[in-house]
Amino acid sequence: MKTLESIVAQHPFFNGLAQPYLTLITGCASNVVIKPGELLFREGEEATQFFTIRTGILKLGVLVPGQGEIVFQTIHEGEIVGWSWMFPPYRWHFTGRAATELRVLAFDARCLLQKCEADSGFGYEFMKRFSRIMMERIQATRLQLIDMYQTRG
Amino acid sequence: MATRLPEAASVTFSHPDPMVPHLYRVLRTRWDTGDTFSLELTPEQSADIPQFEAGQFNMVYIYGVGEIPISISGDPARRDTLIHTTRAVGTVTRVMSKLKVDDLLGVRGPFGSAWPVETGRGKDMIIVAGGIGLAPLRPAMYRILAHREDYGRVVLLYGARTPADVLYRKELEQWRSQFDLDVFVTVDRATGNWRGSVGLVTQLIGRAPFDPMNAMAMVCGPEVMMRFTTMELKKRGISGDHIYVSLERNMKCAIGLCGHCQVGSLFVCKDGPVFRHSRVEPLLTKWEI
Amino acid sequence: MTRASTEKSRSQQVIERRDFQLLLDALMAKGYRLIGPRARDGALVYDEIAAVADLPVGLTDEQERGTYRLKAGDPERLFGCGLGPHSWKKYLYPPELRLWQAQRQNGNMTIVPEPHAPERLALIGMRACEIQALAVLDKVLLGGAYVDRAYQAQREQVLVVAVNCGRAGKTCFCASMNSGPRASTGFDLALTEVLERDRHYFVVESGSKVGADVLSAVPTSPALEADLQKANAIIEQTAGQMGRSLDTHRLQEMLYASTESPVWDEVAARCLTCGNCTLVCPTCFCTTVEDYTDLTGETGSRVRRWDSCFTMDFSYIVGGHVRASARARYRQWMMHKLATWKDQFGTSGCVGCGRCITWCPVGIDITEEAQTIRAQNEAKQDTGTRRKKTS
Repeated sequence: MKTLESIVAQHPFFNGLAQPYLTLITGCASNVVIKPGELLFREGEEATQFFTIRTGILKLGVLVPGQGEIVFQTIHEGEIVGWSWMFPPYRWHFTGRAATELRVLAFDARCLLQKCEADSGFGYEFMKRFSRIMMERIQATRLQLIDMYQTRG
Repeated sequence: MATRLPEAASVTFSHPDPMVPHLYRVLRTRWDTGDTFSLELTPEQSADIPQFEAGQFNMVYIYGVGEIPISISGDPARRDTLIHTTRAVGTVTRVMSKLKVDDLLGVRGPFGSAWPVETGRGKDMIIVAGGIGLAPLRPAMYRILAHREDYGRVVLLYGARTPADVLYRKELEQWRSQFDLDVFVTVDRATGNWRGSVGLVTQLIGRAPFDPMNAMAMVCGPEVMMRFTTMELKKRGISGDHIYVSLERNMKCAIGLCGHCQVGSLFVCKDGPVFRHSRVEPLLTKWEI
Repeated sequence: MTRASTEKSRSQQVIERRDFQLLLDALMAKGYRLIGPRARDGALVYDEIAAVADLPVGLTDEQERGTYRLKAGDPERLFGCGLGPHSWKKYLYPPELRLWQAQRQNGNMTIVPEPHAPERLALIGMRACEIQALAVLDKVLLGGAYVDRAYQAQREQVLVVAVNCGRAGKTCFCASMNSGPRASTGFDLALTEVLERDRHYFVVESGSKVGADVLSAVPTSPALEADLQKANAIIEQTAGQMGRSLDTHRLQEMLYASTESPVWDEVAARCLTCGNCTLVCPTCFCTTVEDYTDLTGETGSRVRRWDSCFTMDFSYIVGGHVRASARARYRQWMMHKLATWKDQFGTSGCVGCGRCITWCPVGIDITEEAQTIRAQNEAKQDTGTRRKKTS
């Protein structure tokens, strides 16, 4: 039977994390399953969790009056989602909706932050991985911004 | 007589003048997206269209309007019709989009270098297309599929602006349903019904199923997209010697004599438009070269 | 005197000044239309000639950056002028050439290619640098997979009567480019004008059977050793008089290493992107193609025209202009001429004629810009060497 810790260890985000830190972080983790079409989190709600996607696809989007829900990113197996939990006002900026059946690991934000504060070594390992993902996301988003497929005739 | 010319200097030429267009008739116009259309043409003075290779282009002339370079987007194995897919964004293309069945236009070509589909045999093939860039790559896909057993894994990564801008939708869906082909389509943003990926096409590269040690990549799209795509491909471990891109520049003659299409010392019309990435990389990062 | 030069002296003849018209007559008798230098509108141009009096007799010129003046010279001299704004390429690669016509009626279209109509032309007074320019154009227009058909047809109908320069101008640097001042190849006849107090003659060398043939219809005498020495001395003196020089050693490499150099910004601050340099340059070959229809809409035509990489439209693609700044456009021209041309065609694109320096309205000097690039490159290397020594 797979332990929660082994499931955590399998995720690419935690690749190379030292054993004691794996145990530490598993203490904040829980297994969650979402049905297609269901919300994982809603814009404006309190952001209390950070997620790693085990299987399935999550749609990340925003509600635009008159246009409905605009999706600007899909998050896939092996990726992570959520950073609104890190800083005030600790509220989700966007809406996350399952496109398919979604299996995620949900990490309690308060638990995570406490552990980062208590053990700065762990905190640094976590933030290193986190900021790299953020950098990649921003780079991709910037290219989406320039709207390169649409040329000014 | 001037002393410089080679001995056999006669004024008769063995092939027709490449500056004179051949006449073609419009068979059909198909609208692929809101601003992109495909013209199916049939030659007026011959049964077959000239043999072309995937990646090559023609100079298409509209009477009274002008002439532009357009990649051939049809199947090289089919010689009865000529297909060109283009966006209606300029003077010539806008008039082109309004042509009716049986209207005549002029075609010169084919010109340029081709996707090295032959040298990819035995390798995993990764095709990465952005926007209209799927059009010049479609002939390459046809060639690969016609000899499917000669290749390893075949992966198509395609990025469009929105779901409404996805080109060749039916064909993509048909390819996606094949077991020996991996097709991943993403859009920059989507509304309600889209069930596929949303995000930049470069983000599909990380998880695309191929072996970077034995792969060939063919990339086509806006130059920005090609730059970042090759960056991601290299991160996966494919070397610049095994990545091919297709460049675009102003063209007037298409035969290497008018000078307009130069990028550094290369003429896009005759040294390209398909180039090995390692050959053009130093040029692509130079601003306004 | 070596055996080679004795043999050479056998093929060299002398035409007295009084018989020069007979040379022109002999060419016309063979069916050539004569094109030569003429003075017009205050400049030296190439146009039709028939008589010695049509030549710029007694004239010379003064050239410097952004400066050109015709002025009085030796009253009897026929070829005392240097190069003007025209180059010979306009006779082989016309500024405007119709390629074909299209007729459209009742839903039908026919395209009629324009037939080539080459003329037998004798180009009189071609300088060595200009011969080199034709050789450079031959490689561009005849050396590729597709050949310029009109150029090829006309090229075969051209006879070259070269003139070895008797003086070098302030903007000349053919010696640096190994393209002159002596015409050593590429001509049917080559003349050196010798003007002395009591004698005026031309030492003439045949470069081909056609040239020798023409010469046989003109009264000549064999060139004496003294005549040859005088002619050589004139050419040597010209070679030593060059107003400018261009150090070509590793120049291509240095240019490739300097694409982001501040030199381009400095030039861009002066350059008007007027394109004069491309118009007067004997090797610039860029053209554009334009499609027209007449008022009735029934006839269309395609015309090829000279173009310049200095125009904004030159690099336009949907989405914008690839080279929008003056900096990028000047850089394109100079790097093409002195660097990328070599990779494309195996020769330099520059023949050292100096026209671009003379005719630039703001006086930009390609040799000076090249020297600045060189100085920068060498300064960079010096710093590198110094650093190595201290580590």
